[in-house]
Amino acid sequence: MIFVTVGTQLSFDRLVKQAENWAIENNYTDIVFQVGSQGYKPLTGRSFEFISGKEADDYFNEASVVIGHAGMGTILSCLSEGKPLVVMPRLYTLNEHRNDHQLATYSKLKYLDGLFPADDELMLNNAINDALKSNSKSHAFNSRAPVEITDYIKSRIYSF
Amino acid sequence: MKKKLVMAIASRGGHWIQLNRLSAVWEEQDVIFITNDPSLESHVGNAKFETVIDANMDKKLKLIFLAAQTFFKVLKHRPDVIISTGAAPGFFALIWGKLIGAKTVWVDSVANADELSLAGKKVSKIADVWLTQWPEVAKEDGPLYKGRVF
Repeated sequence: MIFVTVGTQLSFDRLVKQAENWAIENNYTDIVFQVGSQGYKPLTGRSFEFISGKEADDYFNEASVVIGHAGMGTILSCLSEGKPLVVMPRLYTLNEHRNDHQLATYSKLKYLDGLFPADDELMLNNAINDALKSNSKSHAFNSRAPVEITDYIKSRIYSF
Repeated sequence: MKKKLVMAIASRGGHWIQLNRLSAVWEEQDVIFITNDPSLESHVGNAKFETVIDANMDKKLKLIFLAAQTFFKVLKHRPDVIISTGAAPGFFALIWGKLIGAKTVWVDSVANADELSLAGKKVSKIADVWLTQWPEVAKEDGPLYKGRVF
């Protein structure tokens, strides 16, 4: 299953429509769209404007790939759970957000393992294909930070 | 060696997720978790867990209450170490921790890729260990970059 989410506020039709195109081209029907307030509802899969907490968690857990906007909540959830995330930033210039902070977040975070970045809708298809190929096990959930940072902290606080 | 008591404190959401990834810091010690969402108790197993009110940096009255609440938590538990990834609850806990002589650790959220969080800047003088998760944000006299939690 693929879970497409645009977060808890604004719609993001540019992302939703391209994900729909990809799904139709690839005959992929097991896809759930959360499209935001008055967002475009695709002709394939299931669509909701908003999904409540518990239900959203269920879709999130069930998904083998998440496609989302570059919101910090979405990114951190996917990183924490080792869930491959196809991520595309909202752009201020297209009126998709109040400022360009998503673009700033995106351009920094997009290099992290487990993220499949699409600068815009033209890059989305490739990013989705890469994410699906990336066998989610290679990003198996590891709940611990790399020892580099925790060893450093321990060396500073327990040596006194 | 006698076990230390580590107070691990962060707001719910991304801060809490990142805090929990630092578990290696306290796994051989005693730990008390503090956050602002009671439902997160299910994450910590049998570890001690307490909550404070939900307040952020732009609600003055609630902030004062949160400051008092964290003050009593710190006095009650007298931790040897206080570690936080943000935001307001950790900020206050570090201040009170410093007063009672605890070692204080601030790991700024990975969300802050261009500059430190507001709370992260304010703890510059009181954090014994003051870290950013972005090399570009790091400076020679702190915050330091020592890797990320992801």
